[in-house]
Amino acid sequence: MTPFKRLIAWPVVAAAGFFPVPVSASYPWNFPAPVTPIARETLHVHDIFLEIIVTIFLLVLSVFLYSIFRHRKSRGYPAAKFTKPRTPLQWALISIPFLILTFIDYVILGVPAYHAVLALANTHNSRMVVRITGSQWKWQYAYPGLGIKYISRLSTPEDQIDNEDPKGPHFLRQVNHPLVLPVNEKIRLLVTSDDVLHSWWVPAFGVKQTAVPGFLRSTWVNIDKPGVYRGQCASLCGIGHAFMPIVVVAKSQAGFQRWVAKEQTAEAEQVAETSVTMTKAALLAHGQKVFQNNCSVCHQATGLGIPGTFPPIAAGHPFQAAPQMTQAIQKRGFYKNGVIVIGPVANHIRIVLHGIPGTPMPAFASQLSDVDIAAVITYERNSFGNHTGDVVQPEEVRNARQEH
Amino acid sequence: MSTGVLHTGHEVHPPSGWRRWLFTTNHKDIGILYLVFGFGMLLVGGSLAMLIRTELMRPTMAILSPEAYNQVITLHGLIMVFAAVMPITTGLANYLIPMMIGAPDMALPRLNNWGFWLLPAAAVTLVIPIVLKLIGIGNGAIDTGWTMYAPLSVQAGPGVDFAIFAIIMLGMSSLMSSINIIVTIFNLRTQGMTMMKMPIFVWSWLITAFLLIAVFPVFIGAVIMLFADRHLGTNFFNPAGGGDPILWQHLFWFFGHPEVYILFLPTAGILSHILATFSRKPMYGHRAQIYAYWAIGIMSVMVWAHHMFTSGLSVPVTLYFMYSTMAISVPVAVLFFCWIATMWRGSMTFETPMLFALGYIVLFGIGGLTGLALADAVADQQYHNSYFLVAHFHYALFGGPVMGIIAAAYYYLPKVTGYMYNERLGKWHFWLTVIGFNITFMPQFFLGIAGMPRRIPDYALQFASLNMMSSLGAFVLGSAQLLFVYNVIRTVRHAGAKATDRVWEGASGLEFTLSSPPPYHSFSVQPVVD
Repeated sequence: MTPFKRLIAWPVVAAAGFFPVPVSASYPWNFPAPVTPIARETLHVHDIFLEIIVTIFLLVLSVFLYSIFRHRKSRGYPAAKFTKPRTPLQWALISIPFLILTFIDYVILGVPAYHAVLALANTHNSRMVVRITGSQWKWQYAYPGLGIKYISRLSTPEDQIDNEDPKGPHFLRQVNHPLVLPVNEKIRLLVTSDDVLHSWWVPAFGVKQTAVPGFLRSTWVNIDKPGVYRGQCASLCGIGHAFMPIVVVAKSQAGFQRWVAKEQTAEAEQVAETSVTMTKAALLAHGQKVFQNNCSVCHQATGLGIPGTFPPIAAGHPFQAAPQMTQAIQKRGFYKNGVIVIGPVANHIRIVLHGIPGTPMPAFASQLSDVDIAAVITYERNSFGNHTGDVVQPEEVRNARQEH
Repeated sequence: MSTGVLHTGHEVHPPSGWRRWLFTTNHKDIGILYLVFGFGMLLVGGSLAMLIRTELMRPTMAILSPEAYNQVITLHGLIMVFAAVMPITTGLANYLIPMMIGAPDMALPRLNNWGFWLLPAAAVTLVIPIVLKLIGIGNGAIDTGWTMYAPLSVQAGPGVDFAIFAIIMLGMSSLMSSINIIVTIFNLRTQGMTMMKMPIFVWSWLITAFLLIAVFPVFIGAVIMLFADRHLGTNFFNPAGGGDPILWQHLFWFFGHPEVYILFLPTAGILSHILATFSRKPMYGHRAQIYAYWAIGIMSVMVWAHHMFTSGLSVPVTLYFMYSTMAISVPVAVLFFCWIATMWRGSMTFETPMLFALGYIVLFGIGGLTGLALADAVADQQYHNSYFLVAHFHYALFGGPVMGIIAAAYYYLPKVTGYMYNERLGKWHFWLTVIGFNITFMPQFFLGIAGMPRRIPDYALQFASLNMMSSLGAFVLGSAQLLFVYNVIRTVRHAGAKATDRVWEGASGLEFTLSSPPPYHSFSVQPVVD
C-alpha cells in the first residue's frame, strides 16, 4: 500500500511545511492602501487568506496533476481497486488534512477574525458623529453637533456618460460636495436610508455598511492620512445605482475646523435667503439647476419622464402607466387631463416635500431647502411647455412645511 | 420471477406526435423535456450574460439603458438558477434515478408530468413583461436583482408581480419533483438495492430533495409576503409600518443559501460517477460522500446570514454565522478528497465528460476556496457585493453545477440517443469553455478587490482594462457553447457511431445494463442487485 500512503503523504508533508510568509500589500491589484485600523485589519486578513488558499490550491492541484499525468491508461497504468482507508494508520493519516483545515478555519483565520469582528463593532469612544443617509441616488451627510447638513451627488457631466465628451480622470467617482472628515479622530458613522437599501462603501476605509430605511446602522472610521478617498454605493438601489459615488476628503484638524466655519456661514446665508422674496427669473434659473440635480434622473432632462415608470412634467404628454399608478397620483389632485403640473400649487408643494408613498417619488423635505423647492416648482410650472405663470416663493414652502 | 414482471399487457410504445410529450407520464420522456427546457433556458440566460458583458466592455452606456440593464441582470440570475440549472438536474434525476435503482418509472408519474409543465408557464410568466413593454404596457421585467431585496422590490414595477407568480410556480414544480424523487427512492428500489448500496447520484438527489422541501416553502411564503406588501397594504418589510427590510434578507437567504447546495449536490453526485468510470476504478469513499452530503445538507440551512454581514448583524450573530460557515469547508473537503482519491492510481482516459469533470474539480475548488475568504465577516466588508463576490459565485455555480451538467450531458448522451457524440468537437468545447471562463471571471476577482461593486451598468475608468478582458473572455465562453449545441444536435440525428449498452469501458450501474437508447419502459423484468 505504499503508493496509497503517498496519496495522503503529499498534501500532509506540503501542508506541514506551510507557514505564513509576509506578502507585500502593494501589488497593483490589491485593495487600495488602507488608511483606517479596520481596513488594515481587512487587508491583513485578506493577505493571510490569499496565502492559505493559494497554498491549498497549489498543493491539491499538484496531486491532481500528478495523478492525471501518471495514472493514465495511455501509459499502461493498471487501475487499483481501493475504495477506502483500511488500516488504523491510514485512517489517521487521512484525518490529517481535515485537522489542518479545521485548524486553518478556527485558529489561523478564526482568531484574527474574532478580534476584527469585535473591533469593527466597537463604536464607543468616538468624539464625533456623522449621519449618512442614502437616497435615490445621492448621499446626505449631516454633522449633528455642528449644524451642517448637505447633499452629495454625482458631478460627472452627462456628456461624459453619454460619450460626447472625453471622460475625466474621476469619471463617475466625483461629487459636488464631498464628505469632509478630520484625520486621527474616531468618527462614528450612523448610516440610514430614505427609501430603498443603499450601501456606503469606501474601500480605503474597509467599511461597507448597508443603509436600511427606518433603522440606524452604526460603524466607525479613524483615518490616519489626509487625502481624497473614493467609493460608491454597493447595494442595487434602482436605475441610478451606478451613479451615486462617495467622495471623502480627510483633512487635518485645523483644515477641518476651517471647513466647518465656512460651511456654517454658508448654511446661515441660506437660511437668510428664505425670507427674501425672489424674482421669477432668479427662481427659474435656480430651479433649473435644482431640477437637473434632483429630478431629471427620473423625470428626465426633457421633462418627459419614462412611460410606465416615471410620470412626465411636460404639458401635453399624458402619463402612460398602470391604473394603480395613475390613481395614486390622481388621488393627490395632481393628475388632471393627463397633464401633471396642472393642479393646485399647494398639492405640488406637498408632493415635493413629502413624496408619494408606495411610488419611487421621494420626500425632498429633508434634502432641499425652501429656496430650492420654491425654485424647482416655479421652474416646473413654467417650462417644458407649461405656462401656468405660477411663481412660488420660499415663504410658501416654509409655511407648507409647518402645516404638516 | 413471476413477481418481478411489472408490465404485462401494457402498451409499451409511446403515442406519436405532440401528445406523447404533453401527456407523457414516462420518466424518460419527462426527463428529456426537463433537459431540453433547461438547456434551452441555459442558452437564454447565457445570451443575457452576453448582453451584460457587451454593456460592460467599455466604461460608457453602450447598448442598455440603466433600467434595461437591471432587468437583464435580474433575469440572468433568475433564469440561470430556477429555469436552467434546477430543471436540468431535475431532468437528470427523472431520467436516471429509476434506471439507477432498478425501478420501472417514477413513483408518481402524473405528478411528474404536472411538475414539468408548470415550468414553461413559469418561464413565460417571468419574461412576458418584456413583451408587454414592447407593446406599451408596464415598464418591463423585474429589475431588482435576483435577490429581490425589499424595499426596492416593494417599490418596483409590475415585473416583480410576474416574477412572484413565476417563483410560486417554479417552487410548486420543484416541490412536486422532490416529493416524487423521495417517494421513488424510498419505495421503488429493486431487490437488493439497500440504501447504502444506492448509487451516489441517487443519494445526492435524495438530500437535495429534502433540502428543497425544507426551504422552498419558506421562499414561497416570503414572495407572498412581498406581494401582500405591494398590493394588500401589509407592512412586513416596510419600516414605516413596523416592518423590517432585513426580514426579507433573512427569509430569502434561508432559502437562498441552501439553494446553492441544491444546485451543487446533484452535480457532485454525477461527478463521482464520471470520475470512477474514466478512472476505471471503483468510487472512493462512497459512504464518506453520503455522510458528507448529509452534513452539507444539514449545515446549509444553518448558515444563511453570512450573506448579510454588511446589513448590520449583532456581534454574537456575526460570529455564529462566520464560524458555522467555515465548518462547511470540512464536508466539502471530504468530497474533494474522495474525488481525487477516486482518480488516484486509476487507469484514466480523457473523453469529454472526464475533461469537464476534471475542470469541475479545479474551478469549483477555486469557488470553494474563495468562499472560505468570504466567510470572514470583517474581510467581507470589502468583498461583499463587489465583483469579487460575482467571480466567487460564478466559480462556484458555473465551475461546479454548470460544468457538472455539461459533463453529465456528454456522459449520458450516448446512452440517451444510442449514438456517440463527436469527441473532437467535445474537446474543443471543453478547452474553449475553460479558457473562456477563466478569462471572464479571474479578472473579476481583481475588479472586486479594486472596488468595483456589482450590478452597475457603467463604471469608473480604473476598471476599464479588466472589464474589457472579462468581456472578451465571455464572448469566447458564450460562443463555445454553440459547439455543444451543434454536437448535441448531430448526435440526436445519429451522426456518430452507434453506442454500446455499456457506452464507456469503465461504466458501471444498472442504467448501463439497459440497451442504448434504453427501452421505453426501463425494466420489464426487475433486476436484482447482490
